[in-house]
Amino acid sequence: MHRESPRPRLSLGPILYHWPREQVLEFYAEMLEAPLDVIYLGETVCSKRRLLRPEDYWELAERVVAAGKEAVISTLALIESDGELKTLRRICADERFLVEANDLAALDFLEGRPFVAGHAINLYNQRTLAFLAARGLRRWVMPVELGRDTAADLLRSRPHGVECELFAFGRLPLAYSARCFTAYNRDRQKDDCQFCCGDDPDGLLVATQDGDPFLALNGIQTQSAGTHNLLPALDEVARLGVDLLRISPQSHHTREIVETFSHCLQGELDVETGLARLKEWAPDGLCDGYWSGQAGIAVAGADASRPSGFAAASVRTN
Amino acid sequence: MELVCPAGNLPSLKAAVDNGADAVYLGFRDDTNARHFAGLNFGDKQIRDGLKYARDRKVKVFVAINTYAQPSGWTRWTGAVDRAADLGVDALILADMGVLDYAAERHPHLNLHLSVQGSATNPAAIGFMHRHFGIRRVVVPRVLSITQVANLIEQVDVPVEIFGFGSLCVMVEGRCLLSSYASGQSPNTFGACSPAAHVEWRETPQGQETRLGGVLIERRGHGEPAGYPTLCKGRYLVNGTIRHAIEEPTSLNTLDILPDILAAGVAAIKLEGRQRSTRYVSQVTRVWRDAIDACQRNPQAFRAKESWHQTLAQVSEGAQTTLGPYHRPWH
Repeated sequence: MHRESPRPRLSLGPILYHWPREQVLEFYAEMLEAPLDVIYLGETVCSKRRLLRPEDYWELAERVVAAGKEAVISTLALIESDGELKTLRRICADERFLVEANDLAALDFLEGRPFVAGHAINLYNQRTLAFLAARGLRRWVMPVELGRDTAADLLRSRPHGVECELFAFGRLPLAYSARCFTAYNRDRQKDDCQFCCGDDPDGLLVATQDGDPFLALNGIQTQSAGTHNLLPALDEVARLGVDLLRISPQSHHTREIVETFSHCLQGELDVETGLARLKEWAPDGLCDGYWSGQAGIAVAGADASRPSGFAAASVRTN
Repeated sequence: MELVCPAGNLPSLKAAVDNGADAVYLGFRDDTNARHFAGLNFGDKQIRDGLKYARDRKVKVFVAINTYAQPSGWTRWTGAVDRAADLGVDALILADMGVLDYAAERHPHLNLHLSVQGSATNPAAIGFMHRHFGIRRVVVPRVLSITQVANLIEQVDVPVEIFGFGSLCVMVEGRCLLSSYASGQSPNTFGACSPAAHVEWRETPQGQETRLGGVLIERRGHGEPAGYPTLCKGRYLVNGTIRHAIEEPTSLNTLDILPDILAAGVAAIKLEGRQRSTRYVSQVTRVWRDAIDACQRNPQAFRAKESWHQTLAQVSEGAQTTLGPYHRPWH
């Protein structure tokens, strides 16, 4: 049986940076109007950032739902202290919204009810997928270093009713540490960070000694300087049956980025034109190597030159 | 408190056993373990010889199968679990939930340890892994201070192993993709950080350059000692200044807080370095055996000997050591 593959829906990942409260609220007011299907809300990087409390995110989530979108509460990716664990437990105990687990601790709290496994949960194979599905997994975000081959294999063997989401646009979250690197680069300790990560709304750029952008430091998280971008692979991800594509918020042009993806998915904009726009809006260039099994920093020209045109995509199902 | 020592090959295994290890850990010759380096690790014959050598001297043998399996390589990981089980080793050190699930179902009587690559840093995470896979030990990532380690031990039923000495991962183990971002291969997918095949060394008029996957990860002055080519220990341009943006070339050394480690109830101390020489294994095992014995005899009076520190500094990256995350100011 042949059928046209359903279009992937668009999701907005949690804000990874420390933006002022007003900026966050304005950002979401704008995103409620954007062509997004799912919005992830919550602090995932540093427990010291408290400009918005869980209550604020729940309130935002209510508004997301009222706007006809799905709200998912996302959680901290590295849980070390009793306080962090307590907050996580409180967030996971609220059953109004789907919750995204980003640490094994969240799996412990969410087991037995529907949940999302974020890209910081190491789901690399079909057995882990089946194991988590039996415990309530409804959706998983592929670890960002995995590419199309593994995505295809996992999608072939996925349990019924489990959705697959790809990190499709944004600086890649690559690592987590006990150390705050933003503070470290100002010769401060984490305990005296003075929230200096707030000065870098898209992370602190780390370039090579030749000046080539390489990484971006975001508190305890290390990101890629390059913006990972799956727009050139839209046809392919649709053919594979990927359900959701995640746009990771940046401090500028996020709405335009979402619209570009949306227009390309609808077939209203060709990928080449979309790509040219995205290049303008990425802080330090685009990359997509992980998708084709190369270094994440690589720009895989092969993808960009593939035939585009979403409407032509079809999939064979058994 | 058990002393767990690295064995990259049979001579190192014997060196660890001869110098006072309570247990040695090793891996197979493929990407199923996190020290997947050319010329390193064990075939079945070496493991059998090693097992006999260790057993005759009442030393345990653990096998690390602590990378993440993808569907295309899945049978390599299950095969490794079965091989280790057939060999009758004392424990398997696993990280991947799928591999743990397989091992727990297929070999219910096998001792399973959760690898540091499993990224369990809190009681709920450890509880989850214990409930589902019956892990009998957890190796905790290098993110907790010693106070946090003590607090964790109070809250979990699973014995806790910590890293005491060796190369320092700055990131939470199992959740660091920096290597694959630059080279295409990471500890999770390939079993190596900054794999040698992707490292280039170049002499230029500006200095000696190290590149990983073509990315300049360090340029040092002529005559400056070359560190390991791991990208988290290189110098980069941040806000107009060239500096160690993530960490300096340094090794973890917890000798000075051994009484605190003992008092915290740590079940085992692991020494890093399966990729290091037999001489390294002999030296660090001997120092740690002597230190642990001295500390256990009289924790109050324990002082790390200067000669121990000298020996460890000589084999340390950048010839300097740090208490790392165990010491709060490092954070």
